[in-house]
Amino acid sequence: MSETLKVKQALTGNEAFAFAMKQINPDVVAAYPITPATEIVQIFSKYVADGEVDTEFVAVESEHSAMSACIGAATAGARVMTGTSSQGLALMHEVLYIASALRLPIVLAEVNRALSAPINIHCDHSDTMGSRDSGWIQIYCENANEGYHSLIQAVKIAETINLPVMVTLDGFIISHGMEVVETLETDVVRQYLGKRKPLYNVLDYENPIMVGPLDLTDYYFEHKRQQIEAMKKAKDVIEEVITDYNKRFGFDFPVFAEAYRMEDAEYAILSMSSAAGTMKEAVDVMREKGEKVGLVRLKVFRPFPYEVLQEFFKNVKAIGVMDRSDSVSTMGGPVFNEVRSALYDLDTRPRIMNFVFGLGGRDFPLSDALYIVNRVKELKEGKTLDFVEYVGVRE
Amino acid sequence: MADSFSLSLKELARRNKSLAPGHRACAGCPFPAVVRMTLSASDYPVVVANATGCMEVTTSIFPFGAWPVPWIHNAFENAAATISGVEAAYKALVRKGVVPADKKIKFIAFGGDGGTYDIGLQSLSGAAERGHNFLYILYDNEGYMNTGIQRSSSTPYGASTTTSPAGKVLHGKLQHKKPIVDIMAAHGIPYAAQASVSHWNDYVKKVRKALSIEGPTFIAVYSPCVPGWGYPENKSIEVAKIAVESGFWPLYEVENGYYKINYRPRNPVPIEEFLKSQARFAHLLNYPEAIEELKRFIQERWKFLEFMEKRREIDGVTENV
Repeated sequence: MSETLKVKQALTGNEAFAFAMKQINPDVVAAYPITPATEIVQIFSKYVADGEVDTEFVAVESEHSAMSACIGAATAGARVMTGTSSQGLALMHEVLYIASALRLPIVLAEVNRALSAPINIHCDHSDTMGSRDSGWIQIYCENANEGYHSLIQAVKIAETINLPVMVTLDGFIISHGMEVVETLETDVVRQYLGKRKPLYNVLDYENPIMVGPLDLTDYYFEHKRQQIEAMKKAKDVIEEVITDYNKRFGFDFPVFAEAYRMEDAEYAILSMSSAAGTMKEAVDVMREKGEKVGLVRLKVFRPFPYEVLQEFFKNVKAIGVMDRSDSVSTMGGPVFNEVRSALYDLDTRPRIMNFVFGLGGRDFPLSDALYIVNRVKELKEGKTLDFVEYVGVRE
Repeated sequence: MADSFSLSLKELARRNKSLAPGHRACAGCPFPAVVRMTLSASDYPVVVANATGCMEVTTSIFPFGAWPVPWIHNAFENAAATISGVEAAYKALVRKGVVPADKKIKFIAFGGDGGTYDIGLQSLSGAAERGHNFLYILYDNEGYMNTGIQRSSSTPYGASTTTSPAGKVLHGKLQHKKPIVDIMAAHGIPYAAQASVSHWNDYVKKVRKALSIEGPTFIAVYSPCVPGWGYPENKSIEVAKIAVESGFWPLYEVENGYYKINYRPRNPVPIEEFLKSQARFAHLLNYPEAIEELKRFIQERWKFLEFMEKRREIDGVTENV
């Protein structure tokens, strides 16, 4: 099976997302331009104009309407996608919750970018972390290649569990950086995905249903509980889909998180997205010096795979968690708080601290990565440190 | 009378596409009649999107539902964007052969004045500009009635609401209504109209005409509010009728840019009669200058409509365009 013809192409992250969308050929795409995600729908609308897809492209007047139209289209049984970033995702915020609670398998190609103010177009994760409780599955990719494949997998995951999925790539760093992407053939992708089988359909006027009614004290809680249960089940679905995808097409994409040189690690770093690449380099440098350090790259943030992290970290003495956003809680970033919570019940609870870095696209050089590793080494050695540090900022 | 869009009362009743009894609209609220007339008027199967508001909350309290047609509620400000998505999906699925092409479905969005004039105006404007094939029906009760009678940009000058209360120095709302039908017509959509629940024949004709047209269409239907306006619950239709007869709410339509006044009150009722019929204007009777301002506004509106209607003569346009 794995001898499916793959084509190597040099693509930017945005091109990889757009190319995956072309191969997916969704029924409806509704979107609004926003830097640095604009190119995704720009390239996609050219596919529409050239007849390479038969998608109904709705060039809406705002991201709020983009997600609203996606919700309308998905209730009509269509396979629906959109793309956005930063303020655009923030403007969708209200309707993100509606998409997930109506159990609509909408797939969103997201390019991570800082939130205003001050206005900034470069990468950090404050946009998607801001929608972490909206009931969407969130997949953070390290590079364009993973972004391309994850977007295809996202359609399968979304339609299996009937929950929306956002797949993210770091703004500019990945969205505009060019890489070699190993793509599948279009026929293969279309055959793999088949047709969407909706749970319900508002176009079926002979069997009319009401979608999105008023739910008062007597039912709201039960409906939320069902949604939470679906998110729990999404873990199995994500594992099945990615494992099957790897087997079918000959890849080894990690499911929830990637462990890098963790076998005998005494201390470790947890990172997400593109910064993991730099961090792997730092781990290699330290390993050459005989340091037993490893890296875990967290890929799926929602649902939060705490069991997987508990397994990875049960034998380490100290962990540094990297956050590319801050929750402005005075308690560190969102990833830190969730990881620390996940590890609370370990018999040998590791020491753990937070590194907030790269806000607003601030460069994350190898020297900063090495600094972080060294700080976690000090933590392992029993030195008392502040539990949150800001790396790469002028203070 | 006997034009192709008219429907006899008998035929309308025979079609009886009703909201199920048991919806929780206030006693005397006229919007259930608006819904019944709309659904019964349609020759096509329809899919409805509903903005958040009175109509939505009173007809969809889970596990009960009053709608006999497929219905979707998304949020407050996005009924037009939602129906855009449904309509886009329909087009795509027909093109891909998933939905049979002969299955002609019409798409209707209902919104109150908050969801239309105010928070929903952007998504409505966007959907109209993109040319989706849908009918947007605004039931105008001139305020945020679902949240307890707050002012909206549709609230008339002088009306007292909980956020434009009549007090010691202010006499209720200080601004006039937005001309929503003209705003929608200015988008260049093929059909926009103003109607009233009190003039059922005119309304049904307008719905049927709008549904016969491909592209975005818009109808604002006057729909008084018993608790918001403060009148006895058996007087809704009467109050709506006085609004029309006093010239406060003209019945007109704009077809491909051509205005047409559908009804001219033969013996206009003084605006004071309209004001006296409702508690929200009770204080206004002590402010003759405010009443004068309201009269001036009404006259200006009629002058505007009559001027706009002249374009038909200039261009030699008689009936349907």
